[in-house]
Amino acid sequence: MTRATDRRGFLKLAAAGGAAGLVAACGWDGGARLRPSLLGISRVNDWVGEHILFSPSRLAPTYGVAQRSAMLPSYFISAVTPMLEDPKAWRLRVTGLVRRPLELTLDQLMGMPRVSYTVEHHCVEGWSAIATWQGLRVSAVVERCEPLATARYINFLSFDSDYANGWDLASAMHPQTILAYGMNDNPLPPAHGAPLRLYSPTKLGYKMTKYLVSMTFTATRPGGYWEDQGYPWFGGI
Amino acid sequence: MERPLVRRHHWIVRLTHWATVILLGGMIASGLQIYEAYARFGGRGGPFFPNPFTNTVFPGWSRLGGWLAGALNWHFALMWPLVTVGLLYLGYLVGSGEWRSLLFRPRDVRGAFEMTKYYLHLRRDHPPQGKHNPLQKLAYTGIYLFGVLAVLTGIAIYKPLQFAWLTALFGGFQAARYWHFWIVWIFILFTITHVILVFTVDPASLRAMLTGEYRGRFPSHD
Repeated sequence: MTRATDRRGFLKLAAAGGAAGLVAACGWDGGARLRPSLLGISRVNDWVGEHILFSPSRLAPTYGVAQRSAMLPSYFISAVTPMLEDPKAWRLRVTGLVRRPLELTLDQLMGMPRVSYTVEHHCVEGWSAIATWQGLRVSAVVERCEPLATARYINFLSFDSDYANGWDLASAMHPQTILAYGMNDNPLPPAHGAPLRLYSPTKLGYKMTKYLVSMTFTATRPGGYWEDQGYPWFGGI
Repeated sequence: MERPLVRRHHWIVRLTHWATVILLGGMIASGLQIYEAYARFGGRGGPFFPNPFTNTVFPGWSRLGGWLAGALNWHFALMWPLVTVGLLYLGYLVGSGEWRSLLFRPRDVRGAFEMTKYYLHLRRDHPPQGKHNPLQKLAYTGIYLFGVLAVLTGIAIYKPLQFAWLTALFGGFQAARYWHFWIVWIFILFTITHVILVFTVDPASLRAMLTGEYRGRFPSHD
């Protein structure tokens, strides 16, 4: 009896240990059977982040310009830095479920009330860096285009190989969510998304679409370049 | 004469113990994969916190998730059952009164010194003890508190804006990452010590943690 229970116990332990070892081996992402469940839980976490933890009014701490980081890496998915052939022809198209679709020039955007702040940037990889950003509030554009009551999301699209991000409206309306045309007191450089990029200290870096071409208001949740590959959709911090 | 078999661990204790082994193993393995994406502590451009694992890529068998997104999804999925298990265990300890034999209290300080003397061979006889000796109480109380700290530093990294006060409490985002990482090594050292002591001091306790029944050299209740 004693020996039997001991053996049974040992087998249980070995099975548990073996399963843990198997899971840890070879960088398993869950495979065809578990990966969908993991992504399902990720959606639950998105919901918690969006509806329970996110505050539409809580502001990110701001820093002094002396605290800026010496460098901030730049990312784009194209093989070379995306650049406009004819910068003068560039427009931000605001479209989708809106009463007044817009086509805004950079001059028009720069003429709207200006916001500037120095905040910490958080990358999903774990690095962070402090920089200053200048731009206009996304909420100012939202007010101007008058979204329909059915609009719940905005899809931000870029000319960087169609890199895009879907955003919930509440995060887009946050007072620190801006369309940035300046970085560290200079015009936004091509490496960081010139002429216009989305910036917000409420989300991880991959949610901030660079090289913007359009904002499309939608009723259904738009995906995104990294989001469709498994990164958390909400990406709020 | 053989001692009688006694009930030592309630099923909730055994369940939460082994669930923690698996879940914490998954959290550590996915955490090591997440670490690979930026294997140092400190903002871009530095300075960096002292860390013997700067730019270390941990061996493949120790990582879970395959790439950053896969590891994040494991990490953010396993965190829920792990916290649930931790609360269930705590709830059981409080509800059953079992916490009395586990919580290290000021009155255990003297006994902890006596146990240390015994282990250092400065004292011949094993000091009298209840279910657990004072050093065990210190270890089991301490490791739970480190678990709480792992959760809090985790929240500070997960939502550094919504919980900005917590992130600031740990010294900022990069410092919170740093503490979150070091707690892992405390868990690993604890586990190694724990397993060595089980086999060298009280092998019967392994069976007790599996079946609940114990026939060993230490009394089962305070």
